[in-house]
Amino acid sequence: MNSKAWRNDAYAKVTGKTKYTDDVKFPFMLHAVPVYSDFVHAKIINIDISEAEKSEGVVKVITAKDVPGVNRWGQIIKDFRIFAEDKIYYNGDVVAVVVAETKELALKASALIKVNAEVLPPVLDPEEAIKPDSLIIHESHGTNIINHHKVRKGNVEEGFKTSDVIIEKVFQTQFVEHAYMEPESAVCNPRADGVIEIYAGMQHPFSTRRFTSALLGVPLAEIEVLGVSVGGGFGGKDDTIAIVCSRTALAAKLTGRPVKMSYTREWSIRESYKRHPYKVFYKMGLSKDGIIKAVDTKIIADGGAYCSVTPWVTWRSTVQCCGPYVVENVNCNTYGVYTNNIVTGAMRGFGSPQMNFVIESMVEIAAEKLGIPSIEFRRKNMVRQGSTTITGQKLDNHKVAMEEVLDVMLKESDYFEKFKKCKSNISEDEVYGIGLAMSYRGMSLGAEGSDFCAAIINVQADGSILLETGIHENGQGSESAMCLILARELGVNLERIRYKRPSTSNIPDSGTTVASRGTVMGGGATVNAVKELKKKIFEFASSKFNCTPEEIEIKKDKVFSKNKSLSFEEVIKEMYDERIYPFAFGVFKAPKVTWDEETGQGIAYFSFTYGCQIVELTVSKKTGKVKLLKAFAAHDAGKVANESMTLGQFYGGMAMGTGYALHEELKIKEGKIRSLNFNSYRIPRATDMPEMKAVLVQNPDPNSPSGAKGIGEPTNELMAPAIANAIYNATGERFYKLPMKINVKKVIEVLQ
Amino acid sequence: MKIMINNKSYTVPDSFKEKRLTEYLRDELDLTGAKNACEMNACGACAVLLNNEVIKICHVLVKDAEGKKITTIEGMAKPDGTLHPLQQAFVDAGAIQCGFCTPGMVLTAHALLLKNSKPTREQIRKALQGNLCRCTGYQQIIDAVEMASEHYRKN
Repeated sequence: MNSKAWRNDAYAKVTGKTKYTDDVKFPFMLHAVPVYSDFVHAKIINIDISEAEKSEGVVKVITAKDVPGVNRWGQIIKDFRIFAEDKIYYNGDVVAVVVAETKELALKASALIKVNAEVLPPVLDPEEAIKPDSLIIHESHGTNIINHHKVRKGNVEEGFKTSDVIIEKVFQTQFVEHAYMEPESAVCNPRADGVIEIYAGMQHPFSTRRFTSALLGVPLAEIEVLGVSVGGGFGGKDDTIAIVCSRTALAAKLTGRPVKMSYTREWSIRESYKRHPYKVFYKMGLSKDGIIKAVDTKIIADGGAYCSVTPWVTWRSTVQCCGPYVVENVNCNTYGVYTNNIVTGAMRGFGSPQMNFVIESMVEIAAEKLGIPSIEFRRKNMVRQGSTTITGQKLDNHKVAMEEVLDVMLKESDYFEKFKKCKSNISEDEVYGIGLAMSYRGMSLGAEGSDFCAAIINVQADGSILLETGIHENGQGSESAMCLILARELGVNLERIRYKRPSTSNIPDSGTTVASRGTVMGGGATVNAVKELKKKIFEFASSKFNCTPEEIEIKKDKVFSKNKSLSFEEVIKEMYDERIYPFAFGVFKAPKVTWDEETGQGIAYFSFTYGCQIVELTVSKKTGKVKLLKAFAAHDAGKVANESMTLGQFYGGMAMGTGYALHEELKIKEGKIRSLNFNSYRIPRATDMPEMKAVLVQNPDPNSPSGAKGIGEPTNELMAPAIANAIYNATGERFYKLPMKINVKKVIEVLQ
Repeated sequence: MKIMINNKSYTVPDSFKEKRLTEYLRDELDLTGAKNACEMNACGACAVLLNNEVIKICHVLVKDAEGKKITTIEGMAKPDGTLHPLQQAFVDAGAIQCGFCTPGMVLTAHALLLKNSKPTREQIRKALQGNLCRCTGYQQIIDAVEMASEHYRKN
């Protein structure tokens, strides 16, 4: 470690003082619990709450009938039933919420609710759901296809005709749980002025406010979502927590008392959306000399019972369907599909972990078939400065660091030397393998949505500074990154800065803290706010110093010109004395992006980041156990704001990717989730992880005001293919399905 | 019934004796450092020390802790707020992200270091395997425990 880490919330967290939502209490607070039915797909006849209403301590039982506003909502398609009304669409649908004096009493009453329904055949296989004769789940939508994204580039028929080798494979991935350590929890307080305050750990307070204002039928200004510490999100604290908040807010409105609804792990896993399982049909045409001539791919994503953000997730998969490789002829068809399975939506990586597993496996299969070393094959096809992507975007507005990160990794891991050891025995029953994967990733939301963010710098009369941005702290350290960027850009000491937790009643809607956009967008807004603030301070100081504003500088808490200087405090105090607010509002609007839905062509993202990861492992010939020995990662992080937290994103992403590769899989039987807690859903433990080596490549991004690139997701999207390639290099067994379970017999056969 | 928490003696109200220790700490004493995350002994977010042994208390009844000495995360720092060297190491090593697992991690590591002040990184991993963390990949947590071990050797 070079320097000590810094986080604004470290002291509170390490002493246990941090209050997460479930730690928040209000006087006379009620407790609410959700009620589920046993159905997977059924037409509701009636929901009988009469017994529950009479149960001890019950204040209110809420069903769809009590909704004063709009019960159907969603960020893209308004299909979420906040309370089940017409049908049960999946096993996590909530039929009622019981509000009682204690959680215990609410639970007791919830067992008395009866749901009468007519069972409908569940549609659980997306390939069946996509067929024209399938039962339609959402009749008003007219089809089970949520979305169809395309890429049409060049002429694929021609591309395959002129190919020497054609490879066709089918890949499949699984449902994955976010497993944030803090389950959903919401506390809502009805204020005397009629505003309902929402306290909850979440990534998207502005969407939560929209869900709630819709359900309650009140304007946005009558809901205030306040920041609370978040016990992990990873993309998972968006739609579900928004829905939990809206139900809790309704409970607070109907009872006139503060209400807490804290989920158990079982409810959380049962109801909250997951990572999409994909089935990917991939056909690649190649020339003898190792050029990818054509790609034709069909991607089917199980969207589950409600749309959530399936169109956005699958859009990224579409844009990045050829990985960081230049391909002249591409035909891609991506379908997000309704089923009666658990809802799927945003999760760290957002449609890229699935595709990278496919592409980086395909690349190695292709190289081997052509007899070209896989690294050389990658070099022949990878994007370089000025390359044009499969969507027709020229990569010329930032440094294309694909080869740079690849070279860093090859050197750092001593890849070529170690590659020679593959398949050799490392102990009596363990064989060794090393594997690599690389990717590029479009930064922030891209053409998915409106991408802008606000920051407010409010310097107090004593020189202390309050900073607020529209970005939300999920645990990743975004508040700390913003404070560090402000201190660096303004030229003041970090000690004088306090981060003000954002409130939706104060900071303008800045979107959601997802898509690795926190530091890029919030940092960008902070930099732009500093520019505004400096303008004011420089103008004022120049009048004091009898010079031009251009001659003023701020460094180390001092405001100075060539021959005069004042402390930061003195200047601020004098500004207040002269009735000038040292206050600035900064906005960062992401550079323009374009997209044509029919051709799948356009400037999909305003910039890209580049990453490469390598894994060394052993496979036991006796048990099939995969043991990771060491993992390496290099990503172009742009200009890094907080080194230790950036490294934390690397390590955490790599661990989550390891789970994805080797053991995480939601067990579902006939639409009902069987692995509802950590005893049956296994996330990586300390003993599952190897020592990790992270290399920060730093090419400041000219499109990002702070120079930072997003790094939260890239670190997560490469482990599965790196591990798959390492297992192949160790055993000769190629996996087309996640998670990878080693077939010992097959391994021994192949090795012999 | 009396219970000793962070070197302070408490008289437990009868209504809490049959309840889980997490409920007593969180609801009665507002010691919310012990978290509810799985409530089935599977994640370690509720871990505290009982006579310096790590225990996940989501399924421990208050009455079963009678006469025992409980240390929670709130009892680790000095009364003046100065962090315990192990806590300071977590801060300095960048071992904290969302912080939800941090109290359980710190206490589990503390129990390890009290017994073994020179653990290998492998031994640290083993000691922490019952504490789940979804943010950090454990790397910087292990760095922190290693950093802090020196303090335990000196004392």
